[in-house]
Amino acid sequence: MSPRSTNSTTSTAAAPAERPPVHVEGCAVDTINLGSIDVIRVLDETGKVVDPAHEPNLPESELLRIYRGMIRSRRFDQRMLAMQRQGEMGTFAPGLGQEATQIGQVYPMTSRDWFSPSYRSIGAQVWRGWTMEQLLLLWAGFFEGFAIPEGVNELPFSIVIGSHVPVATGVAMGIKTRKEDAVVVTNFGDGASSQGAVAEAFNFAAVYKAPIVFIVESNGWAISTPIEKQAGNSVLAARGVGFGMPAVRVDGNDVLGMIEACTRAIDYARSGHGPFLVEAVTYRMSLHTTADDPKVYRKDEEVKAWEAKCPILRFEAYLKGRKLLDDAAIATINEEIEQEVIAARDRFRELAVAKPGEIFDFVYDALPADLQNQKAEYLERLRRKGVQ
Amino acid sequence: MPKLTMVEALNLALGQSMEADDRVCVMGEDVGVNGGVFRVTRGLIDRFGPERVIDTPLAECGIIGTAVGMAVYGLKPVAEIQFSGFTMQAFDQIEQNMARFRNRSRDRYPISMVMRAPYGGGIRAVEHHSESREAYWAHTPGLKVVIPSGPRNARALLAASIADPDPVIFYEPKAVYRAFREDVRDEPEVMEIGKAEVVRSGKDLTLIGYGAMMRPVLDAADDLVEEHGIDVEVIDLLSIKPMDTETLVGSVAKTGRCVIVHEGPRMCGIAAEIIARLNEHAFEYLLAPIKRVTGFDIHFPYFQVERHYLPDSDSIVVAVKETMEWT
Repeated sequence: MSPRSTNSTTSTAAAPAERPPVHVEGCAVDTINLGSIDVIRVLDETGKVVDPAHEPNLPESELLRIYRGMIRSRRFDQRMLAMQRQGEMGTFAPGLGQEATQIGQVYPMTSRDWFSPSYRSIGAQVWRGWTMEQLLLLWAGFFEGFAIPEGVNELPFSIVIGSHVPVATGVAMGIKTRKEDAVVVTNFGDGASSQGAVAEAFNFAAVYKAPIVFIVESNGWAISTPIEKQAGNSVLAARGVGFGMPAVRVDGNDVLGMIEACTRAIDYARSGHGPFLVEAVTYRMSLHTTADDPKVYRKDEEVKAWEAKCPILRFEAYLKGRKLLDDAAIATINEEIEQEVIAARDRFRELAVAKPGEIFDFVYDALPADLQNQKAEYLERLRRKGVQ
Repeated sequence: MPKLTMVEALNLALGQSMEADDRVCVMGEDVGVNGGVFRVTRGLIDRFGPERVIDTPLAECGIIGTAVGMAVYGLKPVAEIQFSGFTMQAFDQIEQNMARFRNRSRDRYPISMVMRAPYGGGIRAVEHHSESREAYWAHTPGLKVVIPSGPRNARALLAASIADPDPVIFYEPKAVYRAFREDVRDEPEVMEIGKAEVVRSGKDLTLIGYGAMMRPVLDAADDLVEEHGIDVEVIDLLSIKPMDTETLVGSVAKTGRCVIVHEGPRMCGIAAEIIARLNEHAFEYLLAPIKRVTGFDIHFPYFQVERHYLPDSDSIVVAVKETMEWT
């Protein structure tokens, strides 16, 4: 056994010695800038304002718009899950419980800014301008679902965890090279934080002072791997210090805290200082994807404990306290949004016609001769089968 | 017309492309102040500034990933990977993003960028500095793969690759970097990507090569006609993907015999693909089985023995004679 092991129960294992701080006079490294990591929470779990200094000063209409965005995120998520269970939707990653993290990160963005989401970002994508029927097309396996809506500055998500983060950083470098007024916001999970690509992206962004905000949605679980097995230091905001960028750790189930943290981060990046890291601590209430069974690896009690921290209940309590909502209004809003979601589902059903003839059409600018021949062979196959 | 080495010709193409189009930028390890470890980017930072000639951190995945992002934003990055052996660090970004972004975004984000990398053996280098892995990239949908063989076509093909609307893997035969000089015009010159070149006309056998192998191929062709009376037609492939099937088939239809030469491993190598195409399109003209003179399916050997591993003109002559004598 290594003498450095500290969790040994054998009597020979030495406890780690307490060391006094070492100071070497005149040494080049006698002062180390450890930066700073702020911790932000505006609303506690009951919806009470615990940090009035950081409570965003938003008009009442905006607070209600944010609330509706969170409800839309949840209702749409639930509808998609039902459709998936009925065989109408492919595998997707539910976002239940992460509504505050989702809406809070995109709320401070302008339409000029670029969003580079992970695949668990459906609520944020709807906020940024995707129609729900298009997202249904995408997750039901219709390739036209991937067409990013016109006027929406967004990158396609990548299924390979974390591999979109260097690309998002490159967009920010492009913005800086062209001296344009925009920032990039990209999100990924605690699992992605282990990827080398993410570390390289942090470093490139910090070296170039690229205008990008990294949102790590630390939701506790990467499929079955808990954060404790993912990272030696589960405070992922601490990575900001190592890479030379400021960081905040925010209660990701507090939408006002998220808006405060992300506004601060986006303003910082926009003003030319470089990247900013936001660690949003939240919890993946539902499945990793619809192909996952969390009962294999986590206890119901843990999930139950997080139900009490629900971001929507918390924000509702706050809005009720400000007399902006009551139970009747909550019911009305939920019903209105449910009707929106159902209308989107119905439009999706009309649009859901596969286009097998187009699979060669987006690979190159112009099809090389070889591929023209392969396409002709494929179209002939379709013709034989009587497929349009 | 100035006589330039391949390094100088590539530098000329980069400078002219950057002058003509302010979206073109160069990035990579040591490409700025140092001018690249082979000096291909020498002087560009003085002419175009550090915003367009970017010295990056030492991270190949980061270089290609951020280059893709810059291309999304409308720039045209030419990313240098210091040795092709280090492109494996970037494999994920090439496969996941560089090759796929056009498709994944349904044409919204075409990735007009070039990944340059010196490849191949023959310079007495340490491990991971001598590989020829072009077959990996040829196997990846969405990419184009270009390999020049001399200063003039290197310049014209690099200019074409930078202008191309699709992502191009541009492999530079580093054994040729300073091996010889050619006349290279001052005025910009481009060659069409996807075209092979018949560099020597002949009637008895079609000899196909590319990159650094063109020198032993041409030496063998001289030897064959002078010593053995065999008149070979020599084709420089130039573009691995797309592959110019028409030129290859046209030549073999005429000669009926074919030998293919490359440095990379044999299994699933470029020669295997060429043979499959000739089988599909020129079977009725073949007078003998097609032979391959290639690297073996082993790791590239350490440099004291690399000259024995690499195909040379002698091994090409033997293969051609065997093909001619086949009955």
